[in-house]
Amino acid sequence: MSDSAHAAEAHTETAHAVHRHPAPTGFIAKYVFSVDHKVIGKQYWFLALFASFMGMALSLWFRWHLAYPEQGLLTPEGYLAILTMHGTIMVFMVLTTAPQGGFGNYALPIQIGAEDMAFPRLNMLSFWLTLLSLIILLAAFFVGYDAKNWVPGPGSGWTGYAPLSVVEKAQAGKSGAWPQTMWVLSIAVFCLASLIASINFIVTTLDLRCKGMTLMRMPLTVWAWFVTAIISLLAFGVLLAGGLLLLLDRHLGTSFFVPGNLFIDNRVVTEHTGGSPLLWQHLFWFFGHPEVYIAILPGMGLASHLLANFARKPIFGYAAMVYAIFAIALLGFFVWGHHMFQSGMHPMTAVVFSVLTMIIGVPSAIKTFNWLGTLWNSKIRFDSPMLYALGFVSLFVTGGLGGIFLGQNAADVYFHDTYFVVGHFHMIMGVAAIFGIFAGSVYWFPKMFGRMMNERMSQIHFFATFIGVYLIFVPMHFVGLDGHPRRYAGFEFAFLKTPEMIAWHKVMTHGAIMTAVAQLVLLVNIFYSLFNGPKAPANPWEATSLEWGIPSPPPHDNFAGVIPVVNHGPYEYSVPGAPRDFIMQTDAPDILRHSSSQTAHIPVPTNTSASEKFPTLPPESSSDAGGSSGAAGGGSAPSDSGSTHA
Amino acid sequence: MPDAAQTLDAPAIPLTYARKGGEGGGRGFGGGGDGDGDAGDERRRRNHRAAMTAIWFTLAPVSMFFMAFASAYVVRESLGGDWQPLVLPPLMWVNTAILLGSSAALELARRRLDDAQGLQRWLFAATLLGVGFLAGQTVAWMGLAARGVYLASNPSHSFFYVITVAHALHLLIGVVALGYVTWLGARGRVSPARRTAVDVTAVYWHFMDGLWIFLFLLLSVWR
Ligand code: HEM
Ligand SMILES: [Cu+2]
Repeated sequence: MSDSAHAAEAHTETAHAVHRHPAPTGFIAKYVFSVDHKVIGKQYWFLALFASFMGMALSLWFRWHLAYPEQGLLTPEGYLAILTMHGTIMVFMVLTTAPQGGFGNYALPIQIGAEDMAFPRLNMLSFWLTLLSLIILLAAFFVGYDAKNWVPGPGSGWTGYAPLSVVEKAQAGKSGAWPQTMWVLSIAVFCLASLIASINFIVTTLDLRCKGMTLMRMPLTVWAWFVTAIISLLAFGVLLAGGLLLLLDRHLGTSFFVPGNLFIDNRVVTEHTGGSPLLWQHLFWFFGHPEVYIAILPGMGLASHLLANFARKPIFGYAAMVYAIFAIALLGFFVWGHHMFQSGMHPMTAVVFSVLTMIIGVPSAIKTFNWLGTLWNSKIRFDSPMLYALGFVSLFVTGGLGGIFLGQNAADVYFHDTYFVVGHFHMIMGVAAIFGIFAGSVYWFPKMFGRMMNERMSQIHFFATFIGVYLIFVPMHFVGLDGHPRRYAGFEFAFLKTPEMIAWHKVMTHGAIMTAVAQLVLLVNIFYSLFNGPKAPANPWEATSLEWGIPSPPPHDNFAGVIPVVNHGPYEYSVPGAPRDFIMQTDAPDILRHSSSQTAHIPVPTNTSASEKFPTLPPESSSDAGGSSGAAGGGSAPSDSGSTHA
Repeated sequence: MPDAAQTLDAPAIPLTYARKGGEGGGRGFGGGGDGDGDAGDERRRRNHRAAMTAIWFTLAPVSMFFMAFASAYVVRESLGGDWQPLVLPPLMWVNTAILLGSSAALELARRRLDDAQGLQRWLFAATLLGVGFLAGQTVAWMGLAARGVYLASNPSHSFFYVITVAHALHLLIGVVALGYVTWLGARGRVSPARRTAVDVTAVYWHFMDGLWIFLFLLLSVWR
């Protein structure tokens, strides 16, 4: 029923698809039930912002318990509940919503020269379903409320492994059936929202590109969002199917995932017979591994975009970058078994999964080397978006190194279900993707809200966070090598109580606290700049893509009734003979020829006088940009291209 | 929020813009191509294309959703032990024929977009046959329940109900869409130029038809 909910809707929607809708008036239509992709993008962004602080608070809670277990801050079942909520909120509500729903919604239509998404009302529907899903998830904290022994949430981890997620008694405490059921329902609604959103992204990218925006002129951000949408389209349907079977097992007595003769809570479970917990694991990880790429691909696209932008160089190997994205997406569907090496699978099967996993390293390495190639010999502008983009690359490489060990099925016997895995995936999926979100936030903030963020605060936030996350997640690898199992609240074993282990746990916890404090700087920066930041010019970063050719913030229909024509590729930086060190995608096709012979006639919009042929920025705005980005040392944008502006 | 008037002066660089309406190339796979004059026609064509792209891509998650059930079914069956093969009620053959008939009727309707009478008649027939299939399925489920075949009575029964009910719910959406198209047709709002709704519904409906044949074969052959 699910996936095709929009099938019926698609044709009722067509009357509105593609063409302009008038600007709404009134607060509710404008900011709440909006069909404008820019507002919806911001809504997703704020949702993720809220969720990320929520998830962070939860992590501090159990991190404190891990450093000071003797204080008894959490019961074992409470620990699992907080852990589960943390993981689910972070993976679904932050890493899946902000990069795709947030930035994708905001920037993709503008970057391809469209006035909106293909189906604005379906777009609104996907946001509201996502919000509903978040509300259902948060309700899981409370629905099991019991004054005496309250367990705040389900306890099966973000992976929802059966039978823990099915058999009520398998989860200790008195919270009853509801928290875990809410968890499944939330995931199911989230699947629907993502599927609808993905269709919208795909149709928009394929059918709404403006004249001249050929596929190979699309910014790499657009490629990344497009491919992410394809992955979501194929992955979320499977999770939805699995989730529905889980619900039936929980409430209608079927036995898809629960074997017979389980002995739980001093009793033989008789309601279920003959099911297979591994079936759930296969369905989950068939979604789960692609999901990690759903989280990271938009960040990869953005990193590519920003590296070229701030290194003032064309991206190294544009086509290779595009093919690498596709290769990663494709291979990502054939490696899920590496999460199940220890499930008793046939060793031959494990080897196949292992080899496929290693092969994914190839396109990942292509991307990494192309990033380095872009930076090679360049004059980098260290504006804050660039700092975060570099942080992304660093974290991606560090996290990927852990993956190479984990991907060996023999070595994984040792690493599986230890903190080594936790360190790996936090490095690469957690914080790398989060740094992608940071980068996108500071990069597009001027466009989204019309004001610059405070550069100094961004720098402080960047360095504190960067050091903080390394402090948290590198030691996790070592603690894991020493055998600390993941998802354990207790320290029963003697080898977990050595002075070194205790010290490392304290380091990680205090690193986490430091990182959390740094996020307050970000929060202050956001809300301060939202109201008091200097007014943003149209193109503060001297970038090439279409969103920087329109005012900040853009008008309701993005291009004020005219349709842009694209004449250039997305990364024409420092082209020899060009009038300034970047050529916008919408610049005249003959911009190079005309700039070398100063006399030529250049077609300009009627309201631009001839004397302003190539100013980099409108005069009053360039001083704004100088004020805010000048603090970045070498990053003062206007002075780098000094000769070109009048 | 900025007002539209401020837009044009912001990018003080020689952007190239096409005039609204007359433009039309460059959209769609690979860009390129020149537009022609009529803005209304052009918009209708674009909407049609967007809707068709959307419905074709919608089939992907629907397929994945059912493939997940199908592969789980095959895996669970191979675990053996408590699995009791389920003999499908013969009525399902009749239902299958009804569903095929519905698809055929819809195709006949699509060949008569310029003949209001015939169009209406065949659209109505397609909808009616769609409802007939759902009714037939319901009768089949009730018959099985009377024989003691419940959702949780055996894993094979569980899968049977999950797969057939999930398909029926997807089909219900199709029936609603068909009903809507029939209503459009009755009000004279379907024609060779205004065929998006009927085309979108047809893609979905035929797919549901093909999907049913796959699922029916799976359930009856792989027992
Ligand atoms: C070269 C690339 C990579 C390799 C070889 C690799 C390998 C692995 C392996 C083998 C595991 C399972 C370990 C175990 O449970 O014993 C794992 C876990 C994980 N990986 Fe990766 N990985 C790579 C890249 C990534 C990327 C790019 C992401 C996310 C953006 C990611 C996210 C995760 C997550 C979330 C888990 C843990 C899931 C869980 O059990 O909760 N990995 N990785
Ligand atoms: Cu994986």
